[in-house]
Amino acid sequence: MTVEISLGYDKEYVSKFSEGLNEPEWMKTLRLDALQQAERLPMPKPDKTKIDRWNFTKFTHDLRGEKMESLAELPDQILNFIDQNKDEQNLLIQKDQRPAFASLSQSLKDNGVIFTDMKTAVKEYSDLVEKYYMKDGIQVDEHRLTALHAALMNGGVFVYVPENVQVEEPLQAIFWQEDPEAALFNHVIVVADKNSSVTYVENYISHNNEEEEAVTNILTEVFAHDNAKVSFGAVDNLGAGTTTYVNRRGVADRDAKIEWALGQMNDGYTISENYTYLMGDNALGDAKTVSVGRGNQKQNFTARIVHYGKASEGYILQHGVMKDKATAIFNGIGKIEHGATKSNAEQESRVLMLSKDARGDANPILLIDEDDVTAGHAASVGRVDPMQLFYLMSRGISQKEAERLVIHGFLAPVVNQLPIDAVKEQLTQVIEGKVN
Amino acid sequence: MAGSTLEIKNLHVAIEGEEILTGVNLTINGGEFHAVMGPNGTGKSTLASAIMGHPKYEITEGEVYIDGKDVLEMEVDERAQAGLFLAMQYPSEISGVTNSDFLRSSINARREEGDEISLMKFIKEMDGTMDLLEMDKNMAQRYLNEGFSGGEKKRNEILQLMMLKPAIAILDEIDSGLDIDALKVVSKGINQMRDDNFGCLIITHYQRLLNYITPDKVHVMMKGRIVKSGGPELAQRLEDEGYDWIKQELGIEDETVGQKA
Ligand SMILES: Nc1ncnc2c1ncn2[C@@H]1O[C@H](COP(=O)(O)OP(=O)(O)OP(=O)(O)O)[C@@H](O)[C@H]1O
Ligand SMILES: [Mg+2]
Repeated sequence: MTVEISLGYDKEYVSKFSEGLNEPEWMKTLRLDALQQAERLPMPKPDKTKIDRWNFTKFTHDLRGEKMESLAELPDQILNFIDQNKDEQNLLIQKDQRPAFASLSQSLKDNGVIFTDMKTAVKEYSDLVEKYYMKDGIQVDEHRLTALHAALMNGGVFVYVPENVQVEEPLQAIFWQEDPEAALFNHVIVVADKNSSVTYVENYISHNNEEEEAVTNILTEVFAHDNAKVSFGAVDNLGAGTTTYVNRRGVADRDAKIEWALGQMNDGYTISENYTYLMGDNALGDAKTVSVGRGNQKQNFTARIVHYGKASEGYILQHGVMKDKATAIFNGIGKIEHGATKSNAEQESRVLMLSKDARGDANPILLIDEDDVTAGHAASVGRVDPMQLFYLMSRGISQKEAERLVIHGFLAPVVNQLPIDAVKEQLTQVIEGKVN
Repeated sequence: MAGSTLEIKNLHVAIEGEEILTGVNLTINGGEFHAVMGPNGTGKSTLASAIMGHPKYEITEGEVYIDGKDVLEMEVDERAQAGLFLAMQYPSEISGVTNSDFLRSSINARREEGDEISLMKFIKEMDGTMDLLEMDKNMAQRYLNEGFSGGEKKRNEILQLMMLKPAIAILDEIDSGLDIDALKVVSKGINQMRDDNFGCLIITHYQRLLNYITPDKVHVMMKGRIVKSGGPELAQRLEDEGYDWIKQELGIEDETVGQKA
């Protein structure tokens, strides 16, 4: 069923949608409240990027993806993202917002680890999901897109790791939009309870071209309770026709760590917000991102780490390459609240432009309301050094290959430091594809 | 005839509208080593860069051929494929690209697809060459020239020369900044290349390099062109007496380029 959602959102549609999924009452209420708010709330205002003509509100919402019997049914472009040598996959594949494949090792199940699609989680772990769903992470009423998301959420994943459980093998989720016009309103929640640890890796994949318009509105909430550790990796690889709003939010309690490794490789217009709240003392947030922009892409990336806990540490490292006529703004913001003594905020943003029409902007910002802290930032925006290309080409390397080497070289310091091997490998592959 | 021939005919080169080379004529055949000497700022590096196709230099007149093929029509990488090599006075640093990945890409760029050098063979060859040049093995995995000392960069240029085996090489001040041991090692590498299939143009300020690498011909550059040529004895006389006698002989007051005569 296709719904044209312009400004007149449809209450009846949302009710029916929720009932159709047999959702608990709290979720239906949350959706309907959110729908009302969406009508009055303004759009988000990303710094230095005008989004008023981007399409976030016209899409096909209710989708019918099919279940798969085995991984062998996947096309190569998806299989490439999976390590098929593993005997046991902790893998969840969602195709056009329907769960298509799921497997989780027995030992993790036995330990009480939950790794399931969001629609199932809302029903089967209703209380647990309710406790986290748009409460202490992302708020419904931040702006129109968060509210719209809450009203129309149609997929995602729920991860819960109980106290003291260490998940050694990464959990991987693949969100695959095969329908070129599918709307992806994905909600991901990752909870690591006290003293636990988990690595979660996700991929958003579609291959729609510029004519096939699609909308994604992704909200992700990560909670690391006391002394827990979450490594969160993502390789976003959505097609040129997809307009993306992606908001990944982390909340770290005392002694907790949240590490983000984000490969922002979409081909379409993208707004990406990655906020980490360091609530507890000694909490650590580390955001590493790499991006490659090409074509006529416009993108805006904000990484923000907010320090409330004492002696909390926040690190932001962003490297972006802009080709063709691509434009991107990189905002790196470290905010130290009053009372967060002995905290440290570091940020570094670097942009490399490969053509004269490419544009990049790096804005490192420190907002500090406390004296007893350390902080630092670095930023650079530059074009490829023609001397470097001359040097490489003087050894017989073609211009294209020389540019490829320079791009890999520019991104390598971040890629090499990514804490998750799977992400490193996927990213190298995707970068390769985007550079050629 | 064995080897390749590089012919430079009446080459004029300008940078940002200013003429730097004012008519260079020079022919280098396989098997020959030529030395180009001359005071600072007389156009030696300009000649080297222009032959290789540096984007900043504009050729305003003249021709360059390798084995009869028009070099000036070629892209930089095509010049390398045609057999040219330039060891640069100031090699670029490229972060994130390892020395060995770069070298392998360079070698494979000369080979057909499907005929890439095997990793084993490559490693063996690189190890052997690095041994000969007394280079630390970890230089292979370091980023290309990044943080290399002056002398290490020069050795690295010779490593590339020896691995890529060009037909004609131009070495721009390969001896500058080298201590005496390094100078011997680098010279050993260059001498090892000497055969009928290899021609070389060596730009240097010092006789001491030419004590190790004996040139067949020596040329002196002033005011953007070759003003005098001779045998190895010319280099020796320059070492002993400096350039004044040439200037007097030719009536040159200011030898640098860009000065109105
Ligand atoms: N990019 C440039 N822009 C402006 N002038 C330049 C540029 N490159 C070279 N020149 C000028 O051209 C002249 C010749 O320079 P070149 O580097 O060829 O000299 P050289 O003979 O190699 O000197 P050295 O012995 O010091 O290496 C110099 O006057 C120099 O300042
Ligand atoms: Mg010079």
